Amino acid sequence: MKLLAANRLLDGTAVWLGPDAAWVEDISDAEIARDKEGEARLEQIGRRALAENLVLDIELIDVEIVDGAVRPLRLRERIRAAGPSIHPELGKQANKPAVSLV
Amino acid sequence: MYRYDEFDHAFVKARVAEFRDQVERRLAGELTEEQFKPLRLMNGVYLQLHAYMLRIAIPYGTLAPRQMRMLAHIARHYDKGYGHFTTRQNLQFHWPALKDIPDILEKLASVEMHAIQTSGNCIRNVTADHFAGAAADEVTDPRPYAEILRQWSSLHPEFSYLPRKFKIAVTGAQRDRAAVQVHDIGLHLKKNAEGKRGFTVYVGGGLGRTPMVAKKIRDFLPEEDLLSYTTAILRVYNLNGRRDNKFKARIKILVHETGTEELRAQVEREYEALKDSELKLPESDIRAIQAYFAPPSLPARPEGDAVIAAASAADAGFATWLARNLHTHKNPDYASVTVSLKGIGEVPGDMSADQMDAVADLAEHYAMSEIRVSHEQNLVLPHVARADLKAVYDRLVEIGLATANVGLVTDIIACPGLDYCALANARSIPVAQQISTRFADQARQEAIGDLKIKISGCINACGHHHVGHIGILGVEKKGAELYQITLGGSGDENTAVGEIIGRGFGPDEIVDAVETIVETYVGLRQDKSETFLAAYGRLGPAPFKEALYGSEAKAA
Repeated sequence: MKLLAANRLLDGTAVWLGPDAAWVEDISDAEIARDKEGEARLEQIGRRALAENLVLDIELIDVEIVDGAVRPLRLRERIRAAGPSIHPELGKQANKPAVSLV
Repeated sequence: MYRYDEFDHAFVKARVAEFRDQVERRLAGELTEEQFKPLRLMNGVYLQLHAYMLRIAIPYGTLAPRQMRMLAHIARHYDKGYGHFTTRQNLQFHWPALKDIPDILEKLASVEMHAIQTSGNCIRNVTADHFAGAAADEVTDPRPYAEILRQWSSLHPEFSYLPRKFKIAVTGAQRDRAAVQVHDIGLHLKKNAEGKRGFTVYVGGGLGRTPMVAKKIRDFLPEEDLLSYTTAILRVYNLNGRRDNKFKARIKILVHETGTEELRAQVEREYEALKDSELKLPESDIRAIQAYFAPPSLPARPEGDAVIAAASAADAGFATWLARNLHTHKNPDYASVTVSLKGIGEVPGDMSADQMDAVADLAEHYAMSEIRVSHEQNLVLPHVARADLKAVYDRLVEIGLATANVGLVTDIIACPGLDYCALANARSIPVAQQISTRFADQARQEAIGDLKIKISGCINACGHHHVGHIGILGVEKKGAELYQITLGGSGDENTAVGEIIGRGFGPDEIVDAVETIVETYVGLRQDKSETFLAAYGRLGPAPFKEALYGSEAKAA
């Protein structure tokens, strides 16, 4: 399973591609690709968003579902989805419980 | 300290306007990211995991109170209330929005600061000894020469697209506190037998993927030839440096592949052609820049010893802090104070906006309005009357910056690591926090003595792990963090690259491993005066391997 990660151009915030080509700030709202076709579709929308200067650095990332919640496989992406592990009061984790980091 | 002249003001202002236009064009979609990225990097703007990052130059680590207050203002209004002092005497904000950065740069320009050349393949911020102008062992203040290099290298048309980034450090004391031998060019100021000022020149040092100790290519370069010789080195590098491979593009690789003698010959040939050109520094120009760095007029304060004796007797915490956080000043009535940004369990180098304001006030009231940033991620108040030390200490206690650990095991350098950095493979800061917490006990730290731990979250080595007495490098292995340990590194006048001790340790093992190394050292040292490096030099890695890996080490 994969989803498409990026940073928003205006402020650099980590975002993920959600339904209806919207970029969402919460990884749990992201659209998951479960096969190659789905991945290609996410990438196609991502490339369009790049060309439209909405986001930058698009990247397909591997995820799994743990207890019903999306969880990136790599620690790097889990930290991106939550915020700095040293500052639980900062980043996305400050607003709502985010993916567990470890 | 140096003050901008009309030219400097106009130059920085024009640069802010140019970048504002570039940002507007980027946000309007007129520039692609591919076009914009080199432009933003040359203005210190990176993209990290959670947001953009703005790296602000603090030339040779010297800050005025009004500049520190501006950093506090930016932290509050455009960031998340704090900043991070780096291992190159710079400051990073980790959360600015791209749309706000032109406004931030405009505010910085108003206090004579900028972010120019804090990234990109150009000559970066020139660093210097953080006790410059104050240290008792200083031959001459390195900062005027660093300032001359800054002016010369800013937007230098020939050296704006080098094969790779280029870092210069200058020190002017017997002890090298600027780690000059791990820089692309390291300059060690001295006086020759005739009392004339000049530099010993080192080239090709660096950390990162291929750590190298710099090679000495000139024992004495007259001060007036600073720019002609530096230009000669840069020309040889610019022409011959490896542009075909990013990982082999630093000058250290060129020096290594060319050979020191041949490289020296090439540099000397260029220098011969340049030394009588307009690059020769007129005596009057050098003295004019030196005048900006004239030592402050320090009134006699002979009452210091009596004040300190009484205060130390009444306050054990003050006595402990005095023993660790002072550096000997040229003037016996004064001392340089290191303000530790390494509170137990805290983030190395981080400082809140309120703390910034408070330190600015302290500098104004007690330190001749000067603040320094050290590459070891601490601050320095360079000129404090010994009679005022108790007042300074009391205020530092109030703002949580009186940790008495300078040079001790908890005074750890750490890069931002995977908590922020898009290049990192593992986290650095949590490891530093855990080691700090493990060794929190002051008496235990004092019993261990001086010990430098340095941590990087990737091979790029921003945390200088290669030159840590104990170095820790975070890597990613099978999707998990793994920490490799090097021992025996040093970043002073006896620079050495540490040796990898063996297999790496997981996040749950690394603190125990460090403790094992420290206890092995303490157990085997001849007496307390034998430093970690001396003991490691005498014993070699074997007892440390045995302690870490036991029978596994014997089998290997």
